[in-house]
Amino acid sequence: MPAAEDEIRILSPTGVCGSGFIESSFAKALSQKPYFIGVDAGSTDPGPAYLGSGRMAFPKDAVQRDLRLMLRGARRLGIPLLIGSAGTAGADVQLNLFYELIQELAAADQLKFKLALIHSEQQKPYLRQKLRDGRITPLHPAPEFNEATIDRSEHIVGMMGAEPFMRALEAGADVVLAGRASDTAIFAALPVMRGFPEGIAWHAAKILECGAAAVVNRKTPDCMFAWVRKDHFVVEAPDAGLRCTPQSIASHSLYENADPFKLVECSGTLDLTNSRYEAVNDTAVKVSGSEFIRAPRYTVKLEGAEKVGYQSVLIGSIRDPFIIRQIDDWTARLIEKIHARVKMIYGDRLGAEDYLFNIRIYGKNGTMGPLEPVKEIRSHELCLVFEATAPTQEMASTIAGITRHQALHLPIPEWSGLITAVACPYNHLDRGAVYRFNVNHVVAPDDPYEMFPMELIEINGAAHRRIAA
Amino acid sequence: MTALADLARLIRSKNAGPFELTFDIMFDDASTYERVKRSGAVSREAVAARYGVRIDEVKFFFCDHAFAIKASIPRPYFQGDPRDSDGHGGQQYAPLMDIEIP
Repeated sequence: MPAAEDEIRILSPTGVCGSGFIESSFAKALSQKPYFIGVDAGSTDPGPAYLGSGRMAFPKDAVQRDLRLMLRGARRLGIPLLIGSAGTAGADVQLNLFYELIQELAAADQLKFKLALIHSEQQKPYLRQKLRDGRITPLHPAPEFNEATIDRSEHIVGMMGAEPFMRALEAGADVVLAGRASDTAIFAALPVMRGFPEGIAWHAAKILECGAAAVVNRKTPDCMFAWVRKDHFVVEAPDAGLRCTPQSIASHSLYENADPFKLVECSGTLDLTNSRYEAVNDTAVKVSGSEFIRAPRYTVKLEGAEKVGYQSVLIGSIRDPFIIRQIDDWTARLIEKIHARVKMIYGDRLGAEDYLFNIRIYGKNGTMGPLEPVKEIRSHELCLVFEATAPTQEMASTIAGITRHQALHLPIPEWSGLITAVACPYNHLDRGAVYRFNVNHVVAPDDPYEMFPMELIEINGAAHRRIAA
Repeated sequence: MTALADLARLIRSKNAGPFELTFDIMFDDASTYERVKRSGAVSREAVAARYGVRIDEVKFFFCDHAFAIKASIPRPYFQGDPRDSDGHGGQQYAPLMDIEIP
């Protein structure tokens, strides 16, 4: 490798592996001779069910299509392919799903390469020890996190920084398949490792991690390309029809961040306060002035999910204006009836604190809940979603069944005689297990690697052999 | 007076991670952005009032390069919790749309 590089070129094919990209854009980007291809494959955005259950948010076939093109492209150019947050949440079961997909692709194309597998799932004894050592601290806002939380969790992952990627590259990995990772770390690792200014490298990474999302006229998920240099970077989408403007690139740091100027990573904070954005031409933007402030303490964010229970859902609607005008009172009376019926059926086997019964009222505050500023109901009909969440599916299903019967015939003072108060398009639905995120904390590890063990594997077509890391 | 929704290119809300909600109010050009910024009608206090949260819980930013105003608040329920109603946080911006701009 040349000692004095003045440019690192980076290809990000898409914002999430499995969401797709246009093949002609990808081919053009490869012709611009990237030093590596990076791709993020996960997020918390689809919700806690994926970390909880170990399933993937994107369909396997869609993921494999993207992986196939990226793997072929990277091997053809002989450049690294860096994949972070494998399988949506980066738990071991999801990392293994990706590993199997890569093995299938290597076998089909007779590809030969060195693969680094970096785990991000955290062992419960390790976390208990860190908790006892006072090395797990909350971000804001955060749920309660204690040893009981650790015990209840289905999976807890650490979000790795750039260092585990650097270690894999230093070990000669051609393909790095990582569990949960900071999206930006995937793209910042190599330029930072080669001595490029961290502010420039991390800011370029921030733009790249969403693929072409930062263009003015996004049509479909597609590729983004960056030229990282010593005092600036230039970014441009390979598709000739896509334009980046100073405003579109500056705007990108707003998306899904609480603070648009300060982006916290394991090793420090990317500070965009003094960033400058200039148009290079109609489609490319030059960015300079971004800074990276090293943190005094290296921290790794945790993500965890636990099972809340099993859920059944009943959907119904109300058109009677008498019921609509007393809906809060009506639902309060219904909840009382349901608790009484559950007690009749289960006695002490299912206490009121052992299950959740929730009613969403669409037409009132179904979308915004407590944030809804409009208090009066302006609709002539309401949609009600009744949710029962209990320790077993059978119990949840029983409560939903009770709900249907109780809600149908709950009396109101305006009518005498048996009424049927709710229109149900169909019977209740059993949703299976439901999960919640249960941690928003950081760990201070002894070093950036201890939470992220690496395996090195020689892949040669269908053959694979573990080698010493 | 003009409603904010008639001046903005885009008003949107989204999760900023599972524990916070963030709002972006974006403008096409510097002059509209400056008009809204200078009016003082879009402020930390205005966001707190519209969502019924404490002023010190609102993060608030003017983003001059992006011609955008940004605010973030804690989620009333964490993403995906049993009572959460908007997993992506995408439909929480409506109360900002009718802020009157002089």
